[in-house]
Amino acid sequence: MTYRLGVDVGGTFTDLLLIDEDTGATHRAKTPSTPADQSVGVLVGIDKVCSLAGIEPSAIDHVMHGTTVATNAVLEGKGATVGLVVTQGYKQVLQVARSFVPGGLAAWIIWPKPEPLAALENTVEAVERVDARGEVVTALDEDDLRTKLKYLRAQGVDAVTVALINSFANTAHEQRIGELVAEEIPGVPISLSSVILPEIREYERTLTTVANSYVRPTVGRYLTNLEAALRGKGISGSLHVLRSDGGLAGVGAATAAPVQLLMSGPAGGVSGASWVARQSGYSDLLTFDMGGTSTDVALVQDGQPRIGRETTVGSLNVRASSVDVRTVGAGGGSIAHVPELTKALRVGPQSAGAEPGPAAYGRGGEAPTVTDANVVLGYLPPSLVGGEMTLDVEAARAAVQTVADAIGLADAETAAAGIVDIVNENMFGALRLVSVQQGFDPRDFALVAFGGAGPLHANALAKLLGSWPVIVPPSPGVLCAYGDATTSLRDESARTFIRRFSETSDTEVAEALAELAAEAQGRLDAEGVAREDQTVTYTVDVRYHGQGFEVPVPVDAAALGDGGLAAVGARFDTEHTRLFTFALDAEHELVNLRAVVTGRPPTVSAPELPAGTADASAARVGDTRVYVDGAWADAGLYDRALLAAGNVVTGPAVVTEMDSTTLVLPGHAGTVDAVGTILIRPLDAA
Amino acid sequence: MATLVETNTTPLAAVDVDLVTVDIIENALRNARYEMDAVLFRTAMSPGIREQHDEFPLIADPDGKMVVGQFGLSIPDFLAGFDGTVEEGDVLMTSDPYACGAAISHANDWLVVMPIFHSGRIVGWSAMFGHMTDVGGKVPGSLPTDATSIFEEGVLIPPFKLYKKGELNDDMLRLILNQVRMKDWNRSDLNAIVAACRTAGRRIVELCDRFGPETYVSTLNALLQRNFLAMKQLIATTIPADETLTFTDYICDDGMGFGPYKIHCSMYREGDGVVLDFTGTDPQSPGSINYYLNENLYKMFFGIYMIMVFDPQILWNDGYYPLVDVRIPQGTLLKPDYPAALSCRTHGLGRIFDILGGLLGQRQPEFLCAAGFSSSPHLMYSGNRTDTGEWFQLYQIGFGGIPGRPFGDGPDGHSLWPSFTNVPNEFLEAYFPLRIERYETVADSGGPGFFRGGNGVDIAYRFLEPGTISIHDDRWFTYPWGVNGGEPGMRSRKWLDRADGSREVLPSKCDNVKVLVGDVLHYVTWGGGGFGDPYTRDPALVALEVKRGLVTAEGAARYGVVLTGDGGVDEAATSALRERLSAERGGTKVFEFGPAIDELRERCLEETGLPAPQPPVFRRVVAPA
Repeated sequence: MTYRLGVDVGGTFTDLLLIDEDTGATHRAKTPSTPADQSVGVLVGIDKVCSLAGIEPSAIDHVMHGTTVATNAVLEGKGATVGLVVTQGYKQVLQVARSFVPGGLAAWIIWPKPEPLAALENTVEAVERVDARGEVVTALDEDDLRTKLKYLRAQGVDAVTVALINSFANTAHEQRIGELVAEEIPGVPISLSSVILPEIREYERTLTTVANSYVRPTVGRYLTNLEAALRGKGISGSLHVLRSDGGLAGVGAATAAPVQLLMSGPAGGVSGASWVARQSGYSDLLTFDMGGTSTDVALVQDGQPRIGRETTVGSLNVRASSVDVRTVGAGGGSIAHVPELTKALRVGPQSAGAEPGPAAYGRGGEAPTVTDANVVLGYLPPSLVGGEMTLDVEAARAAVQTVADAIGLADAETAAAGIVDIVNENMFGALRLVSVQQGFDPRDFALVAFGGAGPLHANALAKLLGSWPVIVPPSPGVLCAYGDATTSLRDESARTFIRRFSETSDTEVAEALAELAAEAQGRLDAEGVAREDQTVTYTVDVRYHGQGFEVPVPVDAAALGDGGLAAVGARFDTEHTRLFTFALDAEHELVNLRAVVTGRPPTVSAPELPAGTADASAARVGDTRVYVDGAWADAGLYDRALLAAGNVVTGPAVVTEMDSTTLVLPGHAGTVDAVGTILIRPLDAA
Repeated sequence: MATLVETNTTPLAAVDVDLVTVDIIENALRNARYEMDAVLFRTAMSPGIREQHDEFPLIADPDGKMVVGQFGLSIPDFLAGFDGTVEEGDVLMTSDPYACGAAISHANDWLVVMPIFHSGRIVGWSAMFGHMTDVGGKVPGSLPTDATSIFEEGVLIPPFKLYKKGELNDDMLRLILNQVRMKDWNRSDLNAIVAACRTAGRRIVELCDRFGPETYVSTLNALLQRNFLAMKQLIATTIPADETLTFTDYICDDGMGFGPYKIHCSMYREGDGVVLDFTGTDPQSPGSINYYLNENLYKMFFGIYMIMVFDPQILWNDGYYPLVDVRIPQGTLLKPDYPAALSCRTHGLGRIFDILGGLLGQRQPEFLCAAGFSSSPHLMYSGNRTDTGEWFQLYQIGFGGIPGRPFGDGPDGHSLWPSFTNVPNEFLEAYFPLRIERYETVADSGGPGFFRGGNGVDIAYRFLEPGTISIHDDRWFTYPWGVNGGEPGMRSRKWLDRADGSREVLPSKCDNVKVLVGDVLHYVTWGGGGFGDPYTRDPALVALEVKRGLVTAEGAARYGVVLTGDGGVDEAATSALRERLSAERGGTKVFEFGPAIDELRERCLEETGLPAPQPPVFRRVVAPA
């Protein structure tokens, strides 16, 4: 028997999912995360899940891991001391940062400029120059550089980035400097911009490569230790890490390019949501992950998450492919406030966090939060079934009343409803960013809700979006681990290939794509994925000649022989029209070519619930009241653990489980399907 | 005056709107405005718009009052200057500042205005203008320094219908594009602007569908009213009731040998409101530095500076305009008589922000920023490639030092304009015959202060094809002033290191400068003024900045900091130096402008390598009949 293990390390809990690859049977475990060294919690969890399954750890063949180690290093500012080698004259490329000041007119007055990730005192200039066509204008002065590298060594840098002007067109100087760094600063991890991001635009390439160096020692240490610890437990199977783009990388690749892991956590959530929705028969999805301080949303089309070319973590924005997750600072802990001057009602982005938390938690928090509003409205019952915490309704009321007083509202309920409406609107805005603003009609998508607060707000959001059904998976906490465990191995090769269509040919492009595919396939071969289990897909980035931004267009290898670039141009025109409402009568231009190779996904099926009837009364554990549309209404209180397949929960209803609560609004009903997912739809559409 | 044609003539009833709906619609409007930017950046072609973001969007209520945006474009002024009907599907445009009450202020800015209809009624307007790289005229880039009338500044498009009920006016567009040098760029940039306006239109229609047009429009009124009340309170609490505050700043020269030109503004309360009176500003220039300032625009700027600090989440709108009275005398630099040349108005546009800062902070020095707005310095480089004969034309905006601020140091080499960025140098090298050999900030150019002014930037362009360049900058003669004891930043400079080894100092404003293969242009921008007493800045930070190359060891002395041999702080020597320098200086001044104008003139040639500008001579110009 062989087993596959998905491990997701979140801020609070580490979730593990063990899958018997022969039968598809699963075992789950949850253990507190250990932020100081995440691997400690992982190992505790492995013991726990193995003993639940009654197996030895050595039976585990594959470990798939989603990690926030890289993300946290950035957010907490605890990355490496990065040394940076640039072309002479460009020392301040990160200091000037494209001169960009975020915000509107006069925002410069209050903008706090972040410090560069590679400090200026740790940046040196190489005497060298390559022109835009890749020709060497000034040869590299090696002696001069060696002196400067000795200085960097004395500065105590623990990672080095080499990012030279026009290195996307000629990598020779970066390669050579890499060798010199290895000689002068032995053992230091080196990142070359021409390897990490071989694309035009010096600031973005430098920043992305510096970010890679910044997280590299931390990620390297962590993965090396974890792998060793797994070996120590007798697990000889492979360890793979979930990348930001939803693919899996081996330890070697992940350690060399950890900038690709910055969104590993959210990518696991989106992958897990896709997997769980597929079990219920849905593949066009909006995912909605609402936690305590923020909400992540993404769009999944035909089972594939949309991949964006940028990754944003805090104030850091780098060019690395990642699942196109948009984050808004709106969560259960978001604080409602009323500015003196305008008397407007604002919610967030300030959050009460875990400490002191919402007033209802009774840990000293006094500011009114979204959670408090949900308590006042009866959406969060005072005592959560299976939960360890009781909520202080009076404290929540008192907090929300301060908002009512500040804007002269009749009562706490009205204020609470306003708070919930506004936070819903903020999240609606984020969901529109990934749907309407990308040319997708949200009514063609189902809404998958997870995270501690997602299922509480999802019904209301679906009403705004017209996205039905709302899909509330069971045990939303373990969703990311499902995502980790059910993901395929994946690798990609890409190159910048700027040619107007008239300057190239179908054959030349097809050959280039084939070379890229061969490269990526070679890496999957090395991972032990048989060729017959590999699927290759191609994407080309296209723009109108003269534009500055590209639109990725999928190409199937056959299509290039059939219709060729002309067909690609037509697809681009359609996509451009969908995105921007118009197409131009201008020549098409290729920018990047990309081949993605995917291994076969594991067959994992969700555990099924015992079948029941539409009657959910066996799971109804009590009565409660919810405040909806300006009035109190009686509502059923259900224990999710008692629901059977086929049960229909008619709103208004509150369904509780250990780590989340689902609200079904009046006029809606939630049907429990075979795998325990609740599908909420309007009654008139059911 | 435009005639609005609505197929549904029932007026929209005013309805009560609850607070939450107001906030929701406010948020949706903000999103729609950012979506306009996103559509434009991704689809435009000129580097000026798609990389540098030289454009401004807005969404207005049915009367044309801006409800979201940041450069009130004054749609009412636009409509007043348009004789014709406005119907559903129409898209209007203009580039003539004199025909739209200066809703735009030079002919390079192409303004598109689109009515938004819902069920046969106008529920709002979307509008956007973008700076075209070229609009024809006597010099590439269409910003001729020596123009003496607007007729020399390229094609001047009167308000007209680009689309009439959805139908493109192709003949007119061809006529316009026939006047410009970079037709493809103009065509696609214009396309992108129209697409952005239509996107906003769609979002507003969706809001009307969702909430009903009555609720939507009533909400806009509530938003406008919210701004009105907020501003009323702000004015009452921050602007002294019985005092006239004044501030004067200068545009260094007009590019034709005369300057500086004075801009003078007085601010005083009148009832609940405030008056901003530009009486005392110099008469209009015979050249092209005139900045035709729309009164509503200045109200907008005033409001943004006022409210920013107090509730940055608020959505800017026109609601408070009745509280602000802007008075600009006709025939002055800020309201020139037709047909005065306007193309190089960027210096005036920059300078009025320094004036605003200087006025508003006088009674609240804790909110006072130093000077930094030189302008948005331009570089144009054009010519024909030797091998193919192909025409190339670059228009690029530069950046300098952000002023020292109450909240911290001014960032080095950053933009004072919202969402503007540099053009990536690799992009420039890939598409233009030049190489950028140096791209860094100038140590010591930021004014010393407790918070340092940002450093200016030195960009060294090596030209790889013969061509001509134009330069537009300012603050080469007067200094970016410091505040609260902070010192002025360094002035801007430009020079050519010719391939033959000679050096040629270039004026801050010039056209038709021939460059040859191998010539290197140093384009050095100004540093921001400092904030607060430099002798109180953390000496360890000064030492670190020396190590970083942002301040030199000699520059550290301007902070009263003495460094040891290994770059650390010599504590004892620093204390002694600071004590001595403080005593010599005496108390700090609220404004430190640097030397007086006469003194600047006297030392000009020696310090800048350029002759001092002569005091301007003013003559009235009357339009041809």
